[in-house]
Amino acid sequence: MMKKFKTIILLFLLILLPSKAFSLIEVDITRGNLNPLPIAVSPLATDSDSASSLNSELNIKNLGLEISKVVENNLRTSGLFNPLNKDAFLQKPDIAHLKPRFEDWALIKAQALITGKVILKEEKLRVEFRLWDVLAAKEMMALAFTTVPKNWRRVGHIITDKVYERLTGEKGYFDTRIIYVSEKGPKTQRVKKLAIMDQDGHNTKYLTLGNELVLTPRFNPTNQMVTYLSYFRNLPRVYLLDIETGIQEVVGDFPGMTFAPRFSPDGKKIIMSFAKDGNSDIYTMDLENRVVERITNHPSIDTSPSYSPDGKYITFNSDRSGYQQIYVMKNDGTNVKRVSFGKGLYGTPVWSPRGDLIAFTKLHKGKFYIGVMRKDGKGERLLTENYYQEAPSWSPNGRVLIFYRETKSNKKGEGFSAKLWSIDLTGYNERLVETETDASDPSWSSLLSN
Amino acid sequence: MYKNIIASSVLHLGIILIATMSLPFITKKPIELPPIISVELIQIMDKTNIPYAPKAKKIIQDVKKKEEQKLVSEQAPPKKVKKEKPDAIPLPDQKTEKIKEIEEKKQNPETIENEVKQVSEFEKDEIFDPDSIAALIDKSKEEIAESSKKSKLVTQSDDKTMNLSGLTLSEEDALKAQIFGCWSIPLGLPYNENLLVRIKLKLKPDGTVTKTEILDHARMNMPGQGFFKVLAESALRAIQLCQPLRVPTTGYERWKDMQLNFDAREMLEG
Repeated sequence: MMKKFKTIILLFLLILLPSKAFSLIEVDITRGNLNPLPIAVSPLATDSDSASSLNSELNIKNLGLEISKVVENNLRTSGLFNPLNKDAFLQKPDIAHLKPRFEDWALIKAQALITGKVILKEEKLRVEFRLWDVLAAKEMMALAFTTVPKNWRRVGHIITDKVYERLTGEKGYFDTRIIYVSEKGPKTQRVKKLAIMDQDGHNTKYLTLGNELVLTPRFNPTNQMVTYLSYFRNLPRVYLLDIETGIQEVVGDFPGMTFAPRFSPDGKKIIMSFAKDGNSDIYTMDLENRVVERITNHPSIDTSPSYSPDGKYITFNSDRSGYQQIYVMKNDGTNVKRVSFGKGLYGTPVWSPRGDLIAFTKLHKGKFYIGVMRKDGKGERLLTENYYQEAPSWSPNGRVLIFYRETKSNKKGEGFSAKLWSIDLTGYNERLVETETDASDPSWSSLLSN
Repeated sequence: MYKNIIASSVLHLGIILIATMSLPFITKKPIELPPIISVELIQIMDKTNIPYAPKAKKIIQDVKKKEEQKLVSEQAPPKKVKKEKPDAIPLPDQKTEKIKEIEEKKQNPETIENEVKQVSEFEKDEIFDPDSIAALIDKSKEEIAESSKKSKLVTQSDDKTMNLSGLTLSEEDALKAQIFGCWSIPLGLPYNENLLVRIKLKLKPDGTVTKTEILDHARMNMPGQGFFKVLAESALRAIQLCQPLRVPTTGYERWKDMQLNFDAREMLEG
């Protein structure tokens, strides 16, 4: 009995003896670099039959290479990727698409690799692509699209969107279009047309003839409809334009001047400001029954309204405090709060599609700034400064802003130009967006394919 | 005549001697000694340790208590110390065996008793009072006396101190700096979410990674947590890219398993 008791006690003591005193070492990594990710975009492999028929149809010798260039250009302009020079690639496109030799790609410092294949079958273009993690030596994604050959640029944009989403964690903004006001001629006699293009500046189309002045086109966030202002008998009118069909209609005749119409997030209402008896206030109009509702009622000038993405709040600018500042209110016009308190004048507030930020134009000491602030007005950041720039519009993922910038003209009106520029939220990636003519008042569409 | 010459030269010589030897010292002031500055030697490892996990902390406290008890017992007769020693310090099994081995080999009761005692003292100094200069001096003495046994004993005692420590601040900084450079943070992540990825590593002595394990692996495929997958993959890429990791040259046992906590919030909130 005693022996048993002893052995039990001994066993118990043995268990209690700490076997290992090592504590697992933990190291906190709280910082990283924001360098663009090195990515290799291999030309998409094309078999000889498809290549020759594609060449005769589209007059493009190597469509696979062209699509890869579209992807590469998109990735580069995003500022988050560094597409590597194709001359350094060691593996042929067709073999790389089957099974990449990861050591070769790692050798040129690629961390991700895009490969693909283009086939023309029964007059349909089939594009396959794969995204590879070079360091982990595994496939991350594989997809295929079938479309008409003319759509090949869109295929490139869709591929970029998928890759961007897989690697950054947020939706892309490449399969989108930008509507803007195309401008031509000397400053005193500008011909202004409505124009639309892909976000990379290709496929420009003109939607109006330029007989009437057009202003402030804005995309419907849910479909390919546009609202804009056009002058009729010296009074601006609000128009609706369906881009797919080309049909346009007048939303309604309003007494007095109308400004800055914009869609609600569900696309069912238009919010705008118009001046009645010399006083500008904010109104909404239901597109189904054309009922107009007054939102603000204040003797000051309230303009540039923009809905929050959930539709519950509206931001606008007003001079009710004596200077033009940004305000936020509920969608019924109650609970008005001033959010901008910095020095200078604030205007054109636009709520980010992500809902967290408001972009604005600021005028301070004769200079124009494009900036962002949180919806409560805190954390103001000025992204870019110039002689004259305004009208920021968000990319559908809320990461990039497009706006226009004008240059000074001399006394004769020469040297004046208006160009579209884009800048991302970091403030470092500022780029000129190529357009065929001078351009102003851009508006970014939502993603064409979801 | 001769006497006079001798007396004169002896006197002259005497004067010359006195002049060269002692005259300078008559006017010389005493040397001013600078005030004594006391220097406290602190072992950096204790101050720069990364925080212990609660469990490890307990174990360490227990160990320290036992050590204190042992310190008291140092004054007791040597035989007792010798007996208590293996029980007093909890070591990985292997190491306890090692100590036993040494003792067994050297247990030749009366003659080697002193030597054993010396060994135990040395170890105590290493473990209990690593800061004290006295111990360091003792150690140097023993190094001369017991150079043949030195290597074995030092590794043992090293291991014991390592049990109680993580990476030093400079070791940790070196590793962090390396990974900072390799980690491209995906900028599109929602910064108000929980952006912490914990990865457990198994390392080779040269710093190459043999195994990686994401601790919250279940989150990878949860709906609405797509960003976690993106973040985890970026962290894994960083580890792959950084290989071999800048690990300390010594104490492999200490860091052969390591956990890296990748937290992107600070950067994304910016």
